Amino acid sequence: MAEVNTGDGGGGHGKHEKKRAKKASTRIDMTPMVDLAFLLLTFFVLTSTFNKAKTMEINFPAKPKDLKDIPKINNALTFLLTREGKNEKEDGIYYYYGEFYGPNNKDGKPVTTFIKTDFSKEGLHKILLDRNKSTIEALDKLEERYKKNEIVDTTYKRLAIAEKGKKDALTVLVKSDDKAVYKNVVDAIDELNVCNVGKYAIVDMGQGELDILNAIKKK
Amino acid sequence: MPKIKISKGNPALDMTPMVDLAFLLVTFFMLTASVRVSEPVIVDSPSSTSEKLLPDNVILITVDNTGKAFYNINNFDVRKKTLEKMGQQYKITFTEKEKERFGKMTSFGVPMTQLKQYINMDDPQRLKVKSPGVPLDSLHNELGDWIQFGRIEAARQAKTQKDKAESLGRTFKYEPLRFAIKADGEANYISVKQVIKVFTDKDIYRFNLITNLEGGEKK
Repeated sequence: MAEVNTGDGGGGHGKHEKKRAKKASTRIDMTPMVDLAFLLLTFFVLTSTFNKAKTMEINFPAKPKDLKDIPKINNALTFLLTREGKNEKEDGIYYYYGEFYGPNNKDGKPVTTFIKTDFSKEGLHKILLDRNKSTIEALDKLEERYKKNEIVDTTYKRLAIAEKGKKDALTVLVKSDDKAVYKNVVDAIDELNVCNVGKYAIVDMGQGELDILNAIKKK
Repeated sequence: MPKIKISKGNPALDMTPMVDLAFLLVTFFMLTASVRVSEPVIVDSPSSTSEKLLPDNVILITVDNTGKAFYNINNFDVRKKTLEKMGQQYKITFTEKEKERFGKMTSFGVPMTQLKQYINMDDPQRLKVKSPGVPLDSLHNELGDWIQFGRIEAARQAKTQKDKAESLGRTFKYEPLRFAIKADGEANYISVKQVIKVFTDKDIYRFNLITNLEGGEKK
């Protein structure tokens, strides 16, 4: 199979035949080469990773030097992440708007109620779209202007960032208790990115919030 | 009646296009793929919609589903230097051969006291042992030291490369060192938070959270 076909060693025997050039075939059997090539191919396919890992960039707030430096949040939405249910296997997510008022607070405000939601499209996603409407609409307008070539892309990006960081833009706080898993936090942040929320932070849960959350979960 | 001619020729197929194709594929895979390295833990990172790629110059902290932390820094020389510095800090001397071996390793999750033994294991053996994780509590904050020394050495190496490039009259493109966290989706967020605290204590506030690209469309 692997021999080189050399033909019949040339003509020139017959009386009437002209002297012909040797008809040796120049073909080489490629089969072993194919074998080798596919072996290599299989090797590379199996040992390699194709896609480089994707990442999500996130900034954490630096520690404030002075507690007075902490700015007041205007339009806040707080998500509380936890695990609940039997053996605490189910993802739990609660939210409230505005500031938190615990029991017997100084201002005499009613205690904040937590509303339960979920990670589905109808839950978290909808709430964020709803609350962040003004920013999303403003961004849509910007995009339209960009598509009509009214503004160049650097201006567009700059304006979009400015729009997201506006003073009265929605600010989301993500708080997790000690049961919450990493996946939930990533899902929540991802949803914030999808919904164009420019201002968000992952912060620790306060004791007051934790108490209420645990009370709800026990029910 | 014409007879059916049975070709007496060699039934061999022309394999040349097949070889062409196979080698084309081999070349493609060789060029596009990076070699998969064996990691001490398998981490199932959560998915997100982010499409940013992980930069090359990173310090990577892996957190597995039980909350153990693993440390990895990419560059071979930086790894060696970092190990040397860590050895000085913890009064453990590493031989040149051990440094060499460490330079070629990937993530590891053992405390300094066990590191020497860990380095001297064979690769298959190393995959079998259960790593206890790099300690990161406030008493034995080895992870913090690893990060600190890794950072210093990476900066030093960037400087020498820059000097070298400039002496040759080339421009040097500096890629800043990034800090990536790759955590298992089922890992408790508390353990990720601890790792983040180690970073923020060192005044590092910007991270790359490694995620998988989410399948299917969202929005």
